[in-house]
Amino acid sequence: MNTTLRIRRFNPEQKSPAPFFQEYELELAPSDSVLDGLIKIRETLDDSLALRCSCRGAICGSCGMRINGHAALACKTKILSATQEGSTIQVEPMNNMPVIKDLITDMAPFWDKIRQIQPWLQPAAPPPTAEHLAPAETMSHLSGVMSCIMCGVCVSDCTVLEVDSTFVGPAALAKAYRFVADPRDAATTQRLQVLNQPSGMWDCTRCMECIQVCPKGVGPMDRIMALREQGMNESVPSTCGSRHAEVFADLIEDKGILDEPMLAIRTFGFQNWRRLLGLIPVAIQSFRHQRIPPSGPFHRAVPGIDQIKRLFTRMRKQP
Amino acid sequence: MSTVHTYDVLVVGAGLAGMRAALAAYQQGATVAILTKVHPVRSHSNAAQGGINAALTDRGDKWEDHAFETVKGSDYLGDQDAIEVLAKEAGDDIIALEHMGVIFNRNEEGRLGTRRFGGQKRARTFFVSDFTGQAMLHVLFEQILQAKLPIYEEWFVTSTVKDDHGRCAGVIAFEIRTGNFALFKAKAVILASGGLGRVYEPSTNALICTGDGMSLAYRAGAPLMDMEMVQYHPTTLKGKGLLISEAARGEGAYLLNSEGDRFMERYAPNMMELASRDVVSRAEQLEINEGRDINGCVLLDCRHLGKTVINDRLRQINEEAKTFANIDLAEEPIPIRPGMHYQMGGIKTDIDGRCWDINKEWKGLLGLFAAGETACVSLHGGNRLGANSLLDTVVFGRRAGACAAEYAKTLNDPKISEALVDVDHDLVSSILRRPSHDDTIARIRLEMGQTMNRHLSVFREEEGMRTARQVIHALKDRWLTVGITDKGHVFNTGLVNTLELGFMLDCAETIIAGALTRQESRGAHFRTDYLNRDDEDWLRHILLYHSANGSPEIDYLPVRITQWKPQTRVY
Ligand SMILES: Cc1cc2nc3c(=O)[nH]c(=O)nc-3n(C[C@H](O)[C@H](O)[C@H](O)COP(=O)(O)OP(=O)(O)OC[C@H]3O[C@@H](n4cnc5c(N)ncnc54)[C@H](O)[C@@H]3O)c2cc1C
Ligand code: FES
Repeated sequence: MNTTLRIRRFNPEQKSPAPFFQEYELELAPSDSVLDGLIKIRETLDDSLALRCSCRGAICGSCGMRINGHAALACKTKILSATQEGSTIQVEPMNNMPVIKDLITDMAPFWDKIRQIQPWLQPAAPPPTAEHLAPAETMSHLSGVMSCIMCGVCVSDCTVLEVDSTFVGPAALAKAYRFVADPRDAATTQRLQVLNQPSGMWDCTRCMECIQVCPKGVGPMDRIMALREQGMNESVPSTCGSRHAEVFADLIEDKGILDEPMLAIRTFGFQNWRRLLGLIPVAIQSFRHQRIPPSGPFHRAVPGIDQIKRLFTRMRKQP
Repeated sequence: MSTVHTYDVLVVGAGLAGMRAALAAYQQGATVAILTKVHPVRSHSNAAQGGINAALTDRGDKWEDHAFETVKGSDYLGDQDAIEVLAKEAGDDIIALEHMGVIFNRNEEGRLGTRRFGGQKRARTFFVSDFTGQAMLHVLFEQILQAKLPIYEEWFVTSTVKDDHGRCAGVIAFEIRTGNFALFKAKAVILASGGLGRVYEPSTNALICTGDGMSLAYRAGAPLMDMEMVQYHPTTLKGKGLLISEAARGEGAYLLNSEGDRFMERYAPNMMELASRDVVSRAEQLEINEGRDINGCVLLDCRHLGKTVINDRLRQINEEAKTFANIDLAEEPIPIRPGMHYQMGGIKTDIDGRCWDINKEWKGLLGLFAAGETACVSLHGGNRLGANSLLDTVVFGRRAGACAAEYAKTLNDPKISEALVDVDHDLVSSILRRPSHDDTIARIRLEMGQTMNRHLSVFREEEGMRTARQVIHALKDRWLTVGITDKGHVFNTGLVNTLELGFMLDCAETIIAGALTRQESRGAHFRTDYLNRDDEDWLRHILLYHSANGSPEIDYLPVRITQWKPQTRVY
C-alpha cells in the first residue's frame, strides 16, 4: 500500500542545526513493519537517514522511536496498525533523552539510571556448589520482568521524567524489582531503602503510560507498585510516599471521603514544616476560588461510614 | 595525534563470548576493556531462544553422551579433544551462570529443569522460557557493570595492529558517535565479534552479524577454518527469514508437508523432527523441491501441544508468530522453510582460544585470541547441535579470557607506531570522498546475499559455486568505488555499513573457496555432484589464508579423534 513516512530529522553537523520533518512516499505491504519502511527508505531513497536497528524481531531493543506520538519498537509496529492506505505515519526520536542525529537518541542517561540501582545479584553467602534451590513458582514469575529488553520506550513516554529528569524512571525500577523479587538476592532491604528516597519509587504518578507502550509486556508501573508494597511491608523508614498511602487509607477508613488538607499535613508531618509552608500559596489560591474543602473536625463522615469501616476490618483480616 | 588507550587484554565484542572472556580475564587480574559496535545488550546473543546444553552428572547425565552426540552431529568433522572440553566443563559453567543470576527454568524440586533439543537423545538443554540468550546476556552485562570494566560502546573496530615482533598488539577503532579514531594497544586481543549471517539473504541473523572479526583476523594473517560449513536452520519464516526456535520441536511440534504427512518418518525414523539440523533442513528442501510444499514452505504444527505448553514454554515464539506471520501457534500450523542461521567455521583457535599453534603444526597470529561464533575451535564441525553455541560462547569465552590474561602477564607493553591509525583514517576519508551514484551498498549486499543463498545453501554443486565466485569477485570491485550520501562524521550509519560490507565480501569469498575445495558431502555441506561422505580424503579441515593476489590460500589440518571412530550417521 502507498504510505508516507514523515520523519523528524536532525543533523548536528549542519551549520545551524535544527530539527525538521522530511516526507518519504513509498510502497509497503500492510504486514510490513515501520522498520521495514525505514530500511527501505535507507536502501532505495535516502541512505543518509540515521537510525539504530539490528534484530528486526523485537528482541535487541535498538529501534525504540515515537510512532504517531507514542514510543514503540519500529520493528514490532505494523504499517497496518499505524496508518491507513494513503495516509501518513509520523516517526520521531524518543522523548526524555537528547537526540544525537535523526532517530538516534543518547541513551547514556538511561544507562546511568540502570547503574544507579546496582543491577546485579547480591546473594547472602558464597553460593552452594550446585545451583541455588528455589521453588519453581518463586522464580518463574521473574521471567515477566526479565523479558525487559532495555529499549527505553517506557522512559521516552514517562510523564514524570518529562517534568523531573531526576526520577529514576520505569525501566530502572522494573529492573530493581527483578532483584527485590528474586529469592536469591539478599540486598532487598538496602535496595528498598535506596528506592525509598526522593526520585525513587514514590515519584511515579501512576499514569500507566509505561504499561501501555512497553513492547514486551513488562508492565513497569505494576512493578513499581509491587516495590512500594514490599517497601511498606518491610517497613523501611517511612517517607512522604509511603505515608501518603497510609494516611490516605486512614482518612478513608475514618470518614469515608478524603480530607485533602489533612492528607497533605499528615503526609509531610509537622516536623517537615518547610514543605508545609510551601503549600501555603496553593492553599491561598484554593481559598480564593472557594475550593478549600472542610478539614479536621469540620470534615464530616459520609453516611454509611460503618459499612466502609467494616470493609476495612474485613480486608485487614484477609489481605 | 590520535588518542591511545592501553590495556593488558582487549576484547572486541560484547556478546556472550566477549563478556564472558572479559570477566575471566579480569578475574585473572588483567586490565581489560571491551570494544563493541553496539551496546552490549543489543548484541546478537540475545536472539537465542531455545537454550544451552550441559550434561549434569548429578542428574544422571554423562558428559560422554553429550560429547558423542556433538561429534556425531558434526558429521565427525569436530575436533574431539575440544568437544571433550566443552562437554566436561559445561556443567560448571551452567552452575556459574545460575550463581551470577540467570533465572533458568526450574523443575518441581526447585532444581534447574531441561528440555529436549535436536540431535540428542536426552533432555539436557537448560533454558529460560524462550529467551535464554537474552536472559544470559543481560546477566553477564550486570556482572561487567559490577566489575566496572570499561566498555567502549558504539566503537567500530576497523583493523588489528601488530607490534615490531609481528605479534597482534591492539586494534584501531573509531567512535561511531563522533567519527574519532583511536589506537587501542594491548598485550592480547580477543575477537568475540559474532557471526556472519548477513552474508546471506535471507538470514535469521541480526543486521549487525557481518563477520567483521573473521575478516579482521583473516586480513591480519590468521587462518579461517571450516568456512564451507554454513548451517541452514529447519524452521525459519518466509520473507525476512526470522527464526522459529528449535524449542518448538523440542517441546514436540510436528513437521508436515502439503499432504499432511509427518515426512521426517522417511528421513529419520528414530529421531524424527529432532534429527540433526542439516538432516531436517535437507529433508524439508527435498519435500519442497518435489512439490509437496505450500508456497515454498512446509508446516510446523504446534496445535497438539496445547495452550498451556505454548503459553508457558513458547510464549515469545508464539508472540513472534503472531506479530510476524499473523499466526497463533495454538490455532494454526505455521509455514516455515530452511534458512541460513549459523557459521560453524571461523577463526581457527586451539582449545584456549589462541589463534596460533603452540606446537607449530599450523601457522597463525601470535597475540590474537578468538571465541564465540566468530571462532572455530572446531566444536561444531560440519553441523552444530542446537543449544551448543551458547555453551561454546561461555566455555570457550571463559577459557580464552583466562588464557589471554595469563599470556599478557608474560609481556611488556607493546610498541606500535601510532601512524598506523592513519591507514584506516585514510580509508574512511576516501570512502567519504567518493561521489554517491547509482550503485549502492544496499544493492551490492543484496546481490551478494542472494547469490550465496542460491549457490551455497542446502544443496551445492561445482558450477553454481563457480558462478558465485565470479559474482563476488565483481562485487568486490564495485565495493571499491561505491559511495554514500552522508559525508558527516557523527553516527554515519552508511559508513559503518560500507565497512561491514567489505568484511562480508571477504567472508563470502572464503565460504566459496572452502566449499569448492571440499569435494564430498558432509554435515551442512551437501554437494549434488559428490553425494557421499569421503573419510578417506576429506576427514580433515580446510584452512584458508589471505594471500596477496586476493584468492584464499588453502591448507589442511587433520581432524583430532580421541575416542569416537567415524561411523555412518543415521538418526
Ligand atoms: C535467532 C537465533 C537463535 C539462536 N538460538 C540459539 C539457541 O537457542 N541456543 C544456542 O546455543 N545458540 C543459538 N543461536 C546461536 C547463538 O545465539 C550465537 O551463535 C551466539 O550468541 C553468538 O555469540 P557471540 O558472543 O559469539 O556473538 P554476538 O552475540 O553476535 O556478539 C558479537 C559482538 O561483537 C561486536 N562486534 C562485531 N563486529 C564488531 C566491530 N567491527 N567492532 C566492534 N564490535 C564488533 C558486536 O557489537 C557484538 O557485541 C541462535 C542464533 C540466532 C540467530
Ligand atoms: S530491531 Fe531489535 S528491537 Fe527492533
